[in-house]
Amino acid sequence: MISKIAWKNTWFKPLNTFLSIILLTASVSIISILILLQKQFEEKFSSSMDNIDLVLGAKGSPLQLILSSVYQIDAPPGNISYTEAEAWMNKPMVESAVPLAYGDNYLGYKIVGTTDNYTKHFGLKIQQGTLFAKDFEVVVGSNIAANIGLKIGDTFFGTHGDVEEGEVHDHHAYKVVGILAASGKVADQLILTNIESVWHMHDHGHEHEGNSEEAHNHSADEAHVHAEGEEHHHEEINPHEGKEITAVLLKLRNNMAKMTWPRIIPQNTEMQAASPALEVNRLFALFGVGISALTYLAYGIMFISGISIFVALYNTLKERRYEFALLRITGATKFQLLWLVLLESIFLCTIGFILGIVFGRIGLYFLSVSSQEEFKMAFDPFEFLWKEEGMLFLATLTVGIVAAIIPAIKAYSLNISKTLANA
Amino acid sequence: MIKTQNVTFSYSATQKFHFPDIDCPNGQTLLVTGNSGTGKTTLLHLLGGLLQPTAGNITINNQDILQLNAAKLDAFRGQSIGMILQKSFFIEALSVLDNVVLASWIAKKSKAKEKALSILDNLGLKDHVHKLPSQLSIGQQQRVNIARALINNPSVILADEPTSSLDDENALIVARLLSDLAKEYQSSLIIVTHDQRLKSLFNHQITLS
Repeated sequence: MISKIAWKNTWFKPLNTFLSIILLTASVSIISILILLQKQFEEKFSSSMDNIDLVLGAKGSPLQLILSSVYQIDAPPGNISYTEAEAWMNKPMVESAVPLAYGDNYLGYKIVGTTDNYTKHFGLKIQQGTLFAKDFEVVVGSNIAANIGLKIGDTFFGTHGDVEEGEVHDHHAYKVVGILAASGKVADQLILTNIESVWHMHDHGHEHEGNSEEAHNHSADEAHVHAEGEEHHHEEINPHEGKEITAVLLKLRNNMAKMTWPRIIPQNTEMQAASPALEVNRLFALFGVGISALTYLAYGIMFISGISIFVALYNTLKERRYEFALLRITGATKFQLLWLVLLESIFLCTIGFILGIVFGRIGLYFLSVSSQEEFKMAFDPFEFLWKEEGMLFLATLTVGIVAAIIPAIKAYSLNISKTLANA
Repeated sequence: MIKTQNVTFSYSATQKFHFPDIDCPNGQTLLVTGNSGTGKTTLLHLLGGLLQPTAGNITINNQDILQLNAAKLDAFRGQSIGMILQKSFFIEALSVLDNVVLASWIAKKSKAKEKALSILDNLGLKDHVHKLPSQLSIGQQQRVNIARALINNPSVILADEPTSSLDDENALIVARLLSDLAKEYQSSLIIVTHDQRLKSLFNHQITLS
């Protein structure tokens, strides 16, 4: 019955209630979005980083190299020579090496030339069909299959570059031969093919557009590399001679190599070796500042909502003291009055918390939709983090109880006789 | 049944009240009159256990209420004393019916909904039970207060100026109603008032000075 009074009282002054609930909802939803975002973000980054000790790529920003090769977010810093990279891939300290060649996209999804090492390295399973075997055969990630409805046997043309609006390579069609099982990793958003497909797609393109400036430079480069190659290997002909790839993901057997290669490689080659763990930590540190600033802001809003509850309860104490006196003369104990006031605040906080969690989920859903469009990165709004959100609920309740404690004690210690005599 | 002996009370060293002894058996009405400042409300609060007397005894239903500790006194007040106040107080957020039922729940931990409905019906409030108290007229509100005071079959009904905010006609109706109900429920009724209109209605009277 006390809870019924508390519940009815909560809705009897809707304006006060509304203000407190809005503030609570705002703070809880911001915090819950941040909690989910941070957790899922780190999870995504860490799961894709599994087993990659170093990334070989063109010189430039190491963070850019990691983002482009491991997470497929940024544009790559440039290309590297396959022969030069192969020299390092074949060293005995390397446990596994996954070459990556970028060039095209299909509706914004990157087409990545690689070897079957990619699926082995990330433990990816084929859900339907087979892995690519011949040129221009592709395996698509589960999200792509679901989002644009690609099926086995479908064919499509790639678009040059990493944006949808590029030039279409309409001379060779890719053919879907397999679909990957969902893994929660970036592969869900990738189209995988063999490296040769990426090369052929572009060689072919350049034959046709031999007079374009870019192609011209490219051929000049190739010629140069060829010349150099011929000088050194007169007898054997390396089929990869003069070919370029974008990056190589390396897993090493040797901790010493993990430490020394990032220094040795740039000194001796035109490449760099970047450590994903190091770069991602740097990235998290950068994000961390923003996330903690937002978290402080949200707790600030929660503090203000606590003050709002306090003011609302305290202000109504004066008019409600007759209500309290009435309860006492009908036999209510002092403790029941204390409980009544606390309960009203607890109700507010619980409603605010539930609304906050719901709005947080809705917010994250929209965030996920836009980040999916822009970065091909999706978040799961329906994940519940019982520990973190349980802590958040406790924090919300604590704010409510602290805000109500003074009004509750005032109700507890109300002098009924005096109150009624002055009525 | 309520009895007092030699009850005194003081708010301060200079202001002392010495109240005449009261003996009001079940079913009887006692009118306590007196000018402002003679301690009418103070006496009522002493009888209701809201104030502690400096000296004396107050016995309700053979229970010396001064012997009870705070929690027991709260429970005893809920079960044995019905109070009607000068102004009508309600839990504004609850309906008329819930306001009356609430008193039974606080005192006895059970919701006497049927009984509340029948008392409200008796008092002519049948059509108003689901309204909010603020939607009723002052006279109707006072009758809801009466219903609330009666819901637990109290031994004693204490009424503080129950008629002072009512017009002549309603004042007499309410006073007679109270007295009749006290007889019907076999409660002792004590009305504290300065309302001269009631003096002619009741035989048993005490004047404070």
